[in-house]
Amino acid sequence: MYTQLVDTEAKRLRSRSELSEPEQLFQARLDAEQKIEPGDDMPEAYRRTLIRQISQHAHSEWVGMLPEGNWITRAPTLARKCILLAKVQDEGGHALYLYAAAETLGVARETLIEELHAGNAKYSSIFNYPTLTWADVGAIGWLVDGAAIMNQIPLCRCSYGPYARAMVRICKEESFHQRQGYDLMLALCRGAPEQKQMAQDALDRWWWPAVMMFGPPDESSPHTAQSKAWRIKLYTNDELRQKFIDQSVPQADYLGLKVPDAALKWNEASGHYDFGTIPWDEFFRVVQGDGPCNRDRLDTRREAWEGGRWVREAATAHAVKTAARRRDTHATAPGSNGVSP
Amino acid sequence: MNDWPLWEVFIRSQHGLAHKHVGSLHAPDGEMALRNARDIYTRRGEGSSIWVVRSTDILASSPDEKEALFSPSISKVYRHPTFFPMPDEVKHL
Ligand SMILES: [Fe+2]
Ligand SMILES: [Fe+2]
Repeated sequence: MYTQLVDTEAKRLRSRSELSEPEQLFQARLDAEQKIEPGDDMPEAYRRTLIRQISQHAHSEWVGMLPEGNWITRAPTLARKCILLAKVQDEGGHALYLYAAAETLGVARETLIEELHAGNAKYSSIFNYPTLTWADVGAIGWLVDGAAIMNQIPLCRCSYGPYARAMVRICKEESFHQRQGYDLMLALCRGAPEQKQMAQDALDRWWWPAVMMFGPPDESSPHTAQSKAWRIKLYTNDELRQKFIDQSVPQADYLGLKVPDAALKWNEASGHYDFGTIPWDEFFRVVQGDGPCNRDRLDTRREAWEGGRWVREAATAHAVKTAARRRDTHATAPGSNGVSP
Repeated sequence: MNDWPLWEVFIRSQHGLAHKHVGSLHAPDGEMALRNARDIYTRRGEGSSIWVVRSTDILASSPDEKEALFSPSISKVYRHPTFFPMPDEVKHL
């Protein structure tokens, strides 16, 4: 998902009687599905966990602009270029909504960005894979944004008000992302054999990384229970993963593409698809910084930050200058007593 | 950027409703805040007017006062029209 392996500081979920009185009151509010707002009392671990989760989500949107951004200058038509530009711009917006939500918990956006640039913050494993062909843009919209929607729709009901509200805005925009991706895949699959082959190749490379976006299996996700009790995670990794696979396989069938999993099979009894072994070694390698593009992604972000420094400085200088000028004209204007309000 | 103040953004949608809080952003001054608000919060025709207000200029009621401020109104059910059952035969009330 856009957030993976979020540490809740809890090795296990404590029972009601083990909670302090303020913690019990807080839990009762959550159980009654009340929203927690920035000024409210909250356990420090809840606050810190949310900062980790929301900032990781924000970093994912922020870094997530890069794989597709790679193709903006090489989109095959002007229409596709406009669509891709709009999509990537949305992802930048998503990052900003989320950084703002994180800031309501008392952390500065600049601090979060510094942590990302220093390599101390996580973002989704999926954005450390390269976009080798134009079909990858389609596969990302269809599968990666599709997986994101699956996770983000329940988060619209999460316990923290500013996070839930950011999710509502984001979900409204994600549907466009997924559809433009599928539309791109459709165009390739209805085109020349070489185009269809390109689409198949993209699916071959993106399928497993997309399946792994949901994070490790439930039995090795020690923080899920606490996150669920706090209502900042509403479904487990495996539940969402199964839902994603069940939804995506028929979509691949319609495209006439083959999902790269020999063990994939509809299970009449369970009403779900059975699937093969997930390459978790690869997932942990990528999360720990050793995926195909980790270094490149962070270098690009740092460069963009440094490259934009003069713009931020100029904007600050301009604001200072216009404020001073306004004070001067106020002071000398006829009828003015020279006292600024 | 740390020294850029935080601005709260309010947008009035097309349909004549009041300005509604949509989120916040950082900007060095009001003019830039308006421009950024346009890019961040109105990419799909969401609005016909934007207000930006420095977050520090907003005075908010404290969550601790919630009880004192809002619970007195809960008991005053007669302030709602549904408190008064009307005979079925009587129309237009
Ligand atoms: Fe997004
Ligand atoms: Fe997206």
